[in-house]
Parts: sequence; C-alpha cells; structure tokens
Amino acid sequence: MSVRVSKYFDALTETRAWRSVFRGGSGSSTLHRSMAIQQNIFLHLLSTKVRKRMISLNTTWYLGTLTLGTFGILVITGILLMLYYHPSAPQAYADTKDLQFVVSSGQFLRNLHRWSAHAMVFLVFAHMFRVFYRGAYRAPREFNWVIGVVLLLLTLLLSYTGYLLPWDQLAYWAITVGSNIASAVPVVGDRVRFLMLGGHFVNANALLRFYVLHCMVLPIAALFFVAIHFWRIRKDGGLYAHQKDAASVSNCDSGRPQL
Amino acid sequence: MAEEKNDRIQAEAGPTLDRREMFVRLGLGSLGVAAVGTTAFAYQFLSPNVLFEPSPVVNMGRPESYGQDSVTLDVDTRIFVVRGAEGFFALNAVCTHLGCLTAWKPEIDTIACPCHGSKFTREGVKKEGPAPKPLPWLRMWLSEDGELMVDRSNEIRPLQFVRV
Repeated sequence: MSVRVSKYFDALTETRAWRSVFRGGSGSSTLHRSMAIQQNIFLHLLSTKVRKRMISLNTTWYLGTLTLGTFGILVITGILLMLYYHPSAPQAYADTKDLQFVVSSGQFLRNLHRWSAHAMVFLVFAHMFRVFYRGAYRAPREFNWVIGVVLLLLTLLLSYTGYLLPWDQLAYWAITVGSNIASAVPVVGDRVRFLMLGGHFVNANALLRFYVLHCMVLPIAALFFVAIHFWRIRKDGGLYAHQKDAASVSNCDSGRPQL
Repeated sequence: MAEEKNDRIQAEAGPTLDRREMFVRLGLGSLGVAAVGTTAFAYQFLSPNVLFEPSPVVNMGRPESYGQDSVTLDVDTRIFVVRGAEGFFALNAVCTHLGCLTAWKPEIDTIACPCHGSKFTREGVKKEGPAPKPLPWLRMWLSEDGELMVDRSNEIRPLQFVRV
C-alpha cells in the first residue's frame, strides 16, 4: 500500500503542474534538499543547512519558536474573535460577554487568546534572557538583537492595546493609567496622549484607535519584523550554538562552520 | 571621481550646476517637501477637530441638597462637592498621579485613590502616596436660579469658598 502511494506521489512530482510550482524538482540529493529550502518563499528565510547541535533543545530551549507559535495562535483566535466583536462603546462589553456566554466555543477561543497573549509576553522575555545570558547577541548578531528589541516593544504594545478591547472597568482604568504615563513624556507628552486616545478621555475614539492598532497596524508590523528576524538568523550564520572552548568563539562569531 | 570632475567644471565655469546635479537636487527637494507635507497631513488627520466629549461646565444642583459638613462625589462629572463651615467648594476627583477616580472615605476623613494609594484631605492637600500635586480646586458659582455650577476646565487657587 505505502509503496503504491509513494509511487503515485513520485509520479505526481514529475507532472508539469507540480514542476511549475516546485522548480527544484524532487530527489534526495544534497542539492535537491537545499533547493527545496532556497526556492520556497516561506522556507528561504531559514537556513538551508542546520547543524544538529543548533536545533537541540539545550541550545535554545526553542523559546523563539514557541513565541512564534503563540503569535500564530493569537492571529488565528484573534481573527475568529473579530467576527463577533464590534469596536464601539455601546457594544464592546456586551460582545465580550456574548463571547463568554453565548457564542459556541467563544469562551474557549477568548481564553486561548488571552492565555496565549500572556504566554507570548513571558516567552519573549524568556527568549531574550536566554539570548542575553548565552551571549548570542554578540557580533555578528547585534542587529538581530535590535530587531528583537523592536519585537519586544511590538509585543508589549499588542498586549496593551488588546487590554482595552473588553471595555470593562479593568480595561478602562488600566488604559487611563497607561495613557497618563505616556503623557509624562517631556514637552510632547500631552499631544502624544491626545493622538493616542483621539481625545482627552478614554472614550469611543480611543476604543476604535486601539482596535485598529491591535488588529491591523501592530500585527502587520510584527509580521514584517519577524520576517527580518528569521532571515537575519540565516544571514548571521544560523542559530547560535554555545562554544565550550573560548578560543573557538571567534570562529563561531564570524559565521564559519563549527565542528 | 565624478565629484572631482564636477568640482573642476565648477571651478572653471564659476558657481553653476550641471543638469544632472540640478535634477538630483530638484528631485530630492521635492521628496523632502512631500515628506514634510505628508507628516503634517498625518498629524492633522490623527488629531480630531470635533470631540464628542461632555461640556466642562456642569450643574451640581441645589445647595440645600448637600448636608452640612459633607463631601459628595459625583461619579459622572468626576468632582467632589464639599460643604464645610466656610461654604461650598468643588474638587477635581481625578487623582493627580495617573488619573484614577478617587473616593471619599468618611471613616478616616480622607479622599483616597484606589489605584496607587494616594491620600488627600478634604481640601485636596496630599497626605501620602505618589500623587505629585494636590487635587485641584475648580471654579464654582451660583447660577441665577440658585444652583451650584462648576467649570471643570477652570482650576482656581485653593480656599476660595462659595457662600450661599
């Protein structure tokens, strides 16, 4: 049975339609396998060749991958929640309650969204601590550390803007306090707060602005920087694997192959 | 190399631009103008011109409705109406720390903020906590038909009482 399936699959990979999509063709040679990575828009961001040490659990604890995983859950559950949520002052709170008590699986999706958000903030910090204490931010990876800091800020902003959307007392006062912190910026603070809230109080304008930031602006920005972050891993010589021998650290830093 | 050549041409022919340099400057200049314009438009677009926010002037009702020696919080307008021996006054009930709504605690004779623990006297003077400023006094007057009016946008110096 399995032989027959694999025979059909092999025949499929030789068809003209298949070859028009996957230019590299099939085969298990090193060339074919690296082509499969290089010529795929999603995979080409990643390294073509990875050492086993780099992808062992002990090297990274997979914290970056787990962060991406929570981001994926947040995008999917977020899009589903958007189908029942109206970002308007009279409806937002009622919609949130409907999601909890009326919509089938609504409570599950909303809780999944919320817990993943908390997990993502935790994982981003854990990932950064791991990178920092392992020294993986050093040359040639300094720029990717900077991209990582941008992603940390985007994560926190996503978390903050999402906090207002249930439109309950906790959300309202948290955003009141947070926006007053923003107004502590010298000189332009009050203008920053005004533009952020679209008014002088946390009000209907603020809810809509936070919604647009939370569902459009920030996720697109995050996706953009995630793409750069992953591509830079490849460009900077792959995932950082700790060197036991101090003398070989420079080898690793130059991105040359490690033994 | 090209710059050296340009310099030489300029040195020979005086302060003139060659055509390419002129178009480069023209192009960069117009991009700069467009960038400044876009920033200005974006800033204006993001600042609402009309706000549907409540009026700063509010009617707080008849003076008799407040008991002697009382502190009354109105949650909607976010002000305290205080009636003391010297007369009436209005305090902004929004904490000067980070904007939470304070509350009157009669048992300890204190205005307290639930968020970060700032405490004030009934005159708005800070007793403890992170608040950087006292609660501001707001302009209060009696309307023609004898009702207490407060202008929430108009902060006044403390200890100006309204006598009825």
